[in-house]
Amino acid sequence: MLTFAVRRLLLLIPILLGLSILVFLFVRALPGGPETALLGERSTPERIAQVRAAYGLDRPVHEQYLSYMGKVVKLDFGTSIQTQRPVSEEIARRFKATLELTGAAILFAVLVGIPLGFVAGRRPQSWIDNLSTVGSLLGIAIPVFVLGYLLKYVFAIKLGWFETTGRQNVAISTEHPTGFFVLDGIITGDLPAAWDAFKHLVLPAIALGTIPLAIITRITRAAVQEVSNEDFVRTAEAKGMTKSVVTRRHILRNAMLPVVTIIGLQTGLLLSGAILTETVFAFGGLGSFMASSVFTRDFPVIQGGILFIAVVFVLVNLLVDISYGLFDPRVRNA
Amino acid sequence: MTRVQEQVDAIPGRGQGAAPLLEVRDLRVTFKSRGRRPVKAVDGVSLDVAPGATVGIVGESGSGKSVTSLAALGLLGKRGVEISGSVKFDGDDLLNMPEDELRAVRGKEIAMVFQDPMSSLNPVLTIGRQITEILERHRGLKGQDARDQAAELLLSVGIGDAVRRLKSFPHQLSGGMRQRVMIAMALACQPRLLIADEPTTALDVTISAQILELLRSLVVDSQTALVLITHDLGVVAGLCDQVHVMYSGRIVESAPRRALFANPQHPYTTGLLASVPRLDQPRGVPLLPIPGSPSDTLPWVDGCAFAPRCTRRVPESVGCPPALLPLEGSEPSHLVRCVNPVPEDHT
Amino acid sequence: MSLSQGVEAVESADSSAAGPPEEAAGGLWRDAFRRLRHNPTAILGAALVTIFVLVAIFAPLLAPYDPKVADLSQIRPGDFPGPSREHLLGLDSQGRDELSRIIYGARYSLLIGVVSLAVGATLGVILGLIAGAFGGWVDSLVMRLVDIMLSIPGLLLAIGIAALLGRSLKSVMIAIAVVNVPVFARLLRGSMLAQRRSDYALAARSLGVTRSRIVLQHVFPNSLGPVIVQATLALATAIIDAAGLAFLGLGSPDPSIPEWGRMLAETNSLLATEPLLALWPGLAIVLSVLGFYLLGEALREALDPKLRR
Repeated sequence: MLTFAVRRLLLLIPILLGLSILVFLFVRALPGGPETALLGERSTPERIAQVRAAYGLDRPVHEQYLSYMGKVVKLDFGTSIQTQRPVSEEIARRFKATLELTGAAILFAVLVGIPLGFVAGRRPQSWIDNLSTVGSLLGIAIPVFVLGYLLKYVFAIKLGWFETTGRQNVAISTEHPTGFFVLDGIITGDLPAAWDAFKHLVLPAIALGTIPLAIITRITRAAVQEVSNEDFVRTAEAKGMTKSVVTRRHILRNAMLPVVTIIGLQTGLLLSGAILTETVFAFGGLGSFMASSVFTRDFPVIQGGILFIAVVFVLVNLLVDISYGLFDPRVRNA
Repeated sequence: MTRVQEQVDAIPGRGQGAAPLLEVRDLRVTFKSRGRRPVKAVDGVSLDVAPGATVGIVGESGSGKSVTSLAALGLLGKRGVEISGSVKFDGDDLLNMPEDELRAVRGKEIAMVFQDPMSSLNPVLTIGRQITEILERHRGLKGQDARDQAAELLLSVGIGDAVRRLKSFPHQLSGGMRQRVMIAMALACQPRLLIADEPTTALDVTISAQILELLRSLVVDSQTALVLITHDLGVVAGLCDQVHVMYSGRIVESAPRRALFANPQHPYTTGLLASVPRLDQPRGVPLLPIPGSPSDTLPWVDGCAFAPRCTRRVPESVGCPPALLPLEGSEPSHLVRCVNPVPEDHT
Repeated sequence: MSLSQGVEAVESADSSAAGPPEEAAGGLWRDAFRRLRHNPTAILGAALVTIFVLVAIFAPLLAPYDPKVADLSQIRPGDFPGPSREHLLGLDSQGRDELSRIIYGARYSLLIGVVSLAVGATLGVILGLIAGAFGGWVDSLVMRLVDIMLSIPGLLLAIGIAALLGRSLKSVMIAIAVVNVPVFARLLRGSMLAQRRSDYALAARSLGVTRSRIVLQHVFPNSLGPVIVQATLALATAIIDAAGLAFLGLGSPDPSIPEWGRMLAETNSLLATEPLLALWPGLAIVLSVLGFYLLGEALREALDPKLRR
């Protein structure tokens, strides 16, 4: 098991190296170089020379890459043009909001998707199966920002159950020991604050979680259906195991293998999906920060953000791979 | 040979001493799926299995032999399957038994061994867990007691280093070992009936001989009744007292082993025998395959299903289905379903 | 476009089935097409796609007004005329006819989707073909590059590239095309690898057919099925991504260009008072995406040999 994990980790190195080169070249690949990106099309030659020197752009490319990497490993992604503060600081602060949102979204998707997919898979062609099939088709076809608007209009504006924007009512001032607002409220015992944060979190989480919900439901359904027809399930039935044991130990255990993979993959993808969701709900996370950086052409932020999210994405997938080995002895011993 | 048409079938395997352990009467299984014609996989099978008896059910794939056993144990699922008739185990009707009671019978009183031991074992559970779960379920053994018992079971099926093997996963074992594990699981609760469905088909010839030998010794020792389902008459020859030959969902011939091999009466049985290589046959005698395929059948209501492939077909073969009866002058336990059976001196 | 693309491919493969070399593939396509016609999902998908394509092509004939002409005389802050006989879907915040903007929006969606997909899929297929055909270190190199590109979530990559290239329709197309390259490269290479290991490729090789001939005449054509399925599904994703980029403000810099994503973004502040203005572009995006998605899924099922009866 350990060798399995270590091997996966080693396989990651070339990917991460390639990723860093790609992101490094990202800014240098554009016509006019990064100085144009920084200063815009119209700028004086003196100003350009100044910027080139300031950012070390007058040195050879490999030297630039090495110094860039030297900074990156120290988590130095440069300074944000918008806020004039270190990019890593900005990312770290906002990433917690994104993490809270992503976690809530994936929790929603898993808690609804797996039971729904399971029931649909055990009873093909039943009304709940048909409902889940149509629902997951729609879920995949609705972009998060469209769904976000819909939820916002119905549940926040019309019904008034939840909040439309932000993470917490600005009037509430409370401690934030973890940076996860719902959790903070619970920890500090400020339950109204936790409830308020929750009301802000629900709609974006549902909007963001709908695509993974649809996909998890589909995969669970297909896996349960497939595993239910496996010979070893028949063996378990022939052994006279109770229905719940057959279901849990024999069907679910095996059906969860592909589902775990997809949950991991989706969790990673949510990080980029959060950009749109956070914009719709003005949820102050990394996503909306990057979206606004796109406007201000704040390249240190875009560059650092992409690298950061990609690394998180890769690490989440690594975690999934390793957990897959935990669940499936065939992978572990391969 | 004159025969009164529309006669009722005799019951194969009946009258072997005491009350039968398993009593199957007019079992019919029909698979229905949308947009397709219903398939009658089992079309009126009756048979008795006496306690401790060893019975073989022989037939080509699609003859309904496996479906018979799966239907009897309620393992066919509910969707698109229609089952009628009755299956009694020790007097209790299995087909109408409440689900919970049936689950208590399966694995405890009646156990099964399946064809492919790789796919029949759960890939993510250790074999130890797969054995202990049945001990927990039916014998109430827990923890170390269950593990000790499981190790003992592995030893009894000829797996050495049993304590370590309990921690193995199915993919770490060889095919023969896996089938031994399946047998250990099946015998874990000392069932009164063991149904082995093609237990050696997926194995190499030498391994398959070992498995058959193991089955024989275990069954004989424990007085467990055995129903062996196979397409291979050779497998039956070494193991079964009574043999039923199935074709297209019905039993076409049923006889004690000796009588069947010495004096096969149904043209299909002789066909099966002629297509099996035998050591006692002179060299150079070609094997004779049965012409056609099992899909060239006649529905039983229109006559003999084997008629389209039969070399002994007569006009009476078609029209009215023949009944399963003993021939005049032959043993009452030797039944055949044929209007033009093979005469005794044929070989 | 994807519908016509898919159907044309089906039909041309069908007619070519008369020639002996492609008989197997032709049979597959013929079979797939037959099953598609009996699949209600496929019919619904095809209908949605057809409507979308026709609306996009004939937008100038269908649109009652010029989508770019603003008529501020009819609107007051907080009070936009809703649906009426003159303006079936009402007017937007600039006094432009909403229906005409939705109709022209189909044009931009289709244009961005098709161009970016054509560029991305072509490059991806070529890369995959090179990797699959040559194998060895070429394969390793290409696939590592693909792995790295796939390690960045697609939408994020598109946002980065579009942001880098500046606001224009062209950069949106390039961004979405780049996202599609590794997807198609991996797909084609994987399917070619499977085909090469298959029995018929082995049989052809044992008969002395040269490697390049096997690849070009047998392996490549038989790998195209999954590519066409993926192309249909990728069109759905391209429409979503294009709308997403426009929603973030990364589309054309000209605000009068009716992109659905931008139209949606413009209604963010108006949601409480003018929900219908958000509904129309939202509905347009969902229906067109759903069409390609249903069609792609149906195609996938129809082409899956495991599901053939």
